[in-house]
Amino acid sequence: MESALNSGDTAWILTASALVLLMTPGLAFFYGGMVRGKSVLNMMMMSFGAMGIVGVIWVLWGYPMAFGTDIGGFLGNPFDGFGLGNLLAANPEESLPSMAFVAFQATFAIITVALISGAIADRTKFGAWMAFAGIWVTLVYFPIAHWVWAGDGWLFNLGAIDFAGGTVVHINAGVAGLALAIILGKRKGWGKDPMRPHNLPFVMLGAGLLWFGWFGFNAGSALAADNTASVVWVNTMVATCAAMLGWLITEKIRDGKATSLGAASGVVAGLVAITPACSSVSPIGAIIVGVVAGVVCALAVGLKWKLGYDDSLDVVGVHLVGGLTGTLLIGFLATAAAPAGVDGLFYGGGVDQLGKQAIAAFAALGYSLVLTLIIGYAIKMFGGFRVSEEAEVNGIDLAVHGETAYETLGIGRVSTEVKA
Amino acid sequence: MKLVTAVIQPHRLEAVKEALLGAGIHGLTVSEASGYGRQKGHTEVYRGAEYVVDLVPKVRIEVLVNDEDAAMATEVVIKASSSGQIGDGKVWTVPVEDVTRVRTGEHGPDAI
Repeated sequence: MESALNSGDTAWILTASALVLLMTPGLAFFYGGMVRGKSVLNMMMMSFGAMGIVGVIWVLWGYPMAFGTDIGGFLGNPFDGFGLGNLLAANPEESLPSMAFVAFQATFAIITVALISGAIADRTKFGAWMAFAGIWVTLVYFPIAHWVWAGDGWLFNLGAIDFAGGTVVHINAGVAGLALAIILGKRKGWGKDPMRPHNLPFVMLGAGLLWFGWFGFNAGSALAADNTASVVWVNTMVATCAAMLGWLITEKIRDGKATSLGAASGVVAGLVAITPACSSVSPIGAIIVGVVAGVVCALAVGLKWKLGYDDSLDVVGVHLVGGLTGTLLIGFLATAAAPAGVDGLFYGGGVDQLGKQAIAAFAALGYSLVLTLIIGYAIKMFGGFRVSEEAEVNGIDLAVHGETAYETLGIGRVSTEVKA
Repeated sequence: MKLVTAVIQPHRLEAVKEALLGAGIHGLTVSEASGYGRQKGHTEVYRGAEYVVDLVPKVRIEVLVNDEDAAMATEVVIKASSSGQIGDGKVWTVPVEDVTRVRTGEHGPDAI
């Protein structure tokens, strides 16, 4: 039998997978630059740690749970295909090898977990974080990924559009970040001591890497090297540009200056918002999604000061709010001329799609919130989630990892003996 | 012997170095410093949250001179570091009991 393998599609998806994997180290820089110099290594290690634990779990039972044999539209059977031994042989009927899809989706699970870490910067026990990462990805991420993206998933069959992860990745991670920020509590001195970003060039480097990788994230989600991927690419670019401008204009009006942190934040807000919508809107629609996300997220990051939760790096303001913005705007701005082929409210499609989008958004939000609260409080009770006050004040890098990121002329370091 | 210490605007360092060299003073120590005087600090805004940065970056220059050169060195530093703006810094002089050059063991004015 002749093989159906499409080498162009396969090459693009393997490339896109590598692009998306690079987003997590990019996120480590984005987050790492925003914390204080005494906790940058721990912040970056939370992203790298997620790569380690989620990558292994994905191969063992993650992929089967998200995309394996369906159980009631709710999740896949983790025991059917455990370890992926069933996917080794080439399947001549597939245009894209299953393993390419495994590779691509692995990187999504990894970054979703890593995104949460920004909400609990400077104060989280590393072991507790790693345990949380493994439990959360299993009980929260895999089921929601199954609902939205698996052919048997209930939200997929409802007709909700989430092209590349507005619900599964961003609403999910954003609300989980909110839950953990509440469970862990505020950092010592929050609202009083200065906690300004220690390295804004790191933040901008991270935003650049995220933007680059995001073309794999969104355009790769076409799962083919085709017209859809190309439309998505352009929408992803232009929405992000518009969101950066939206954030900067908001800052200029509110604070008097357009900041580099605002530019980096606007980039990420735009990428988040266009993620679910990139296949269903026109480039003009993408610009509107971007501007709205840039302005709304720039305003939303101030909420934590009013509501009193220490979402340290604004996972809620950027990912939850941006994810909701993009997911719901599909209901207004979708056009049947775009690859997804659905009309939203503004294009004469009525409120039908908006309703489906709202169901998907709030199903993901509600499920993730409840489960994350349960997992978070359980970890807090059995073993604790937070480092000691002394470790936090002196710097979590030294206390947890035995390292410091910066050495200034060796002053303050006592080193009389080197053991090899 | 005198120790002339100046805390100045970082961007005036080059001018002060050149001026001191031109005045025949061949040696100084520079360190990064933070502080505030009457100008206090400034405000920075990160994602809408305002931070008052009250310690602003400065450069501290220390010069060891013979007694007769102290007034001249002070004048040179002031002239080279002045912009007329608030935050230009301060210069002060204190007496020094002894100075030793580490390499040769020379003491006093010989070590300057």
